[in-house]
Amino acid sequence: MAEVLVLVDHVDGACRKTTSELLTIARRLGEPSAVFVGAGVDAAKETLAAFGAEKVYRADAAALTDYLVVPQAELLAHLVATVSPAAVLLASSAEGKEIAARLAVKIGSGLITDAVDVQSDGAGGVMTTQTAFAGGYTVKATVTHGVPVVAVKPNSAAPEAVSGAAADVAVDFTPSALASGARISAVKPRERTGRPELTEAAIVVSGGRGTGGDFSKVEAFADSLGAAVGASRAAVDAGWYPHTSQVGQTGKQVSPQLYVACGISGAIQHRAGMQTSKTIVAINKDEEAPIFELVDFGVVGDLFAVLPQATGEVTARKG
Amino acid sequence: MNIVVCVKYVPDAQADRTFNASDNTTDRVNVDGLLSELDEYAVEEALKIVEAGEGEVTVLTVGPDQASDAIKKALQMGADKGVHVNDEAIHGSDALATSLVLAEAIKKIGMPDLVVTGMASTDGTMGVVPIMLAERLGVPAVTFASELTVSGSGVSARRDGDAASLTVEAGLPALVSVTDQINEPRYPSFKGIMAAKKKPVENWTLADLGIDSGAVGLANAWTKVEAVAARPPRAVGTIVKDEGDGGAKLAGFLAERKFI
Ligand SMILES: Cc1cc2nc3c(=O)[nH]c(=O)nc-3n(C[C@H](O)[C@H](O)[C@H](O)COP(=O)(O)OP(=O)(O)OC[C@H]3O[C@@H](n4cnc5c(N)ncnc54)[C@H](O)[C@@H]3O)c2cc1C
Ligand SMILES: Nc1ncnc2c1ncn2[C@@H]1O[C@H](COP(=O)(O)O)[C@@H](O)[C@H]1O
Repeated sequence: MAEVLVLVDHVDGACRKTTSELLTIARRLGEPSAVFVGAGVDAAKETLAAFGAEKVYRADAAALTDYLVVPQAELLAHLVATVSPAAVLLASSAEGKEIAARLAVKIGSGLITDAVDVQSDGAGGVMTTQTAFAGGYTVKATVTHGVPVVAVKPNSAAPEAVSGAAADVAVDFTPSALASGARISAVKPRERTGRPELTEAAIVVSGGRGTGGDFSKVEAFADSLGAAVGASRAAVDAGWYPHTSQVGQTGKQVSPQLYVACGISGAIQHRAGMQTSKTIVAINKDEEAPIFELVDFGVVGDLFAVLPQATGEVTARKG
Repeated sequence: MNIVVCVKYVPDAQADRTFNASDNTTDRVNVDGLLSELDEYAVEEALKIVEAGEGEVTVLTVGPDQASDAIKKALQMGADKGVHVNDEAIHGSDALATSLVLAEAIKKIGMPDLVVTGMASTDGTMGVVPIMLAERLGVPAVTFASELTVSGSGVSARRDGDAASLTVEAGLPALVSVTDQINEPRYPSFKGIMAAKKKPVENWTLADLGIDSGAVGLANAWTKVEAVAARPPRAVGTIVKDEGDGGAKLAGFLAERKFI
């Protein structure tokens, strides 16, 4: 069976949830091989083996991690040339998509980004599902040329635990001179909030301009549900919440089981980032707010009254 | 400093965007279009850089006849000249082919010090054309810049990643894609609108760029849309007015759906 390369999405060896999802998807197409770049492979091994990685290609050199994107794309191109995989899967994050795009040009392959599902097309290729126009359409596509390169969104598969050999394969690879073109000269890690990662969370509670800058009620409700906290661009532009928490066209695209919009009107650009959520709830003072067109459950009311009561109820019910 | 800004003509997000039934491509003809809002940030940033020093801003678009509107808007904002690549054969091109056409057009314009693009187009939102373009031009790419400093020899940008905020540096020539955090795009002034009428716009075809029509277009894309379906409309939800019990009702709904 052909190998399927999965670029491991990790922070210092801590695998993001997408990695186990990608390995699960890879098994539908062939034999999963993880590609691990950077430090921390030992910490990651356990997860990689637990979700079926048969091999772990690892490369750890400053030449691969001190520069933006290109070295990783070159490494993958090198592996594609040596192992002729059935497909290459990456996380559809900003960085994952860029690595995918570079790789596709280098190896002359068709590229799919933002996939929400990947299946075998029954003929050795892939059949992907994407959403288009702010979630209004579903598009199924195949790759007709080269080794399919597919960037997959978080939460696109339920990770299935299956043990794999995770055989260690050190890759000796030196990137080209061109790869050092864009140098990462400083890294300022984000503050940890202790809440789940926005794009991976099963529940997201977001606040907008209607919070008036006071996110405490939004955060308390999120914490009662174990949810991530998001924000509209209006709230981010006002400086109330960090840009990394923005949901929407120019922020994060989330697709959780439950999305709760608090004091958010539901502009098309906001919808573009949350419309594919399974269940949608909104709290808004204005019964005409467009967000109510999307909801499974809506409360017309003041979030400063509704949220604390809901938080109390949730906490009580959880006992 | 000479700058080429890549701008895209896109269907208006406020309008009902749709696909052509015959070939599953984005309908760009029967829907009102405009300069992609996210490319306004790219035009603005280029204008600011040139205004702080010297040089010229050329705007480049690949698209159908109506795409000249995108060029016009950028010229009204203050860009110096425009290049419009328009060829029947380009219809339905994917990101790979689009980046190829853009790369050849930029070579024909003359490699500038900087190529500036938006972070993603508001219709496709793949956000991969810039990085493919950089790959084809063989220049470093500083993507998703939310803050940009340009010196005589290089650029430095803030890029907000998932896990960290990075500072990324590159020498010139380089490609930079900018986010909507970077600036506040200007509105064309009356003077700008009048001046735009006299600015030169070149119209090129694939033949002008020496690109074989077999390298682009729908039939030659390396991905194929097999099916497009409108998502079923969401079932109409329950909406309650808060009469002192809205929070409790909300919790009740969440319990019913097993979120608690
Ligand atoms: C190029 C571009 C990209 C964009 N990208 C994004 C993006 O990625 N994400 C995004 O979110 N936006 C984006 N926007 C902005 C978008 O168009 C809207 O302006 C923005 O989403 C509005 O945020 P909001 O809903 O919080 O604010 P508003 O539209 O002002 O809505 C606030 C809502 O809060 C309600 N409210 C007020 N007080 C209360 C209260 N006490 N209790 C309950 N409800 C209350 C009001 O009734 C109102 O409906 C983008 C815009 C552009 C042009
Ligand atoms: N047809 C096009 N003509 C000119 N520029 C384009 C075109 N397509 C994409 N771009 C540029 O690439 C950026 C990202 O587009 P995309 O990869 O399509 O999301 C846009 O913001 C533009 O700057």
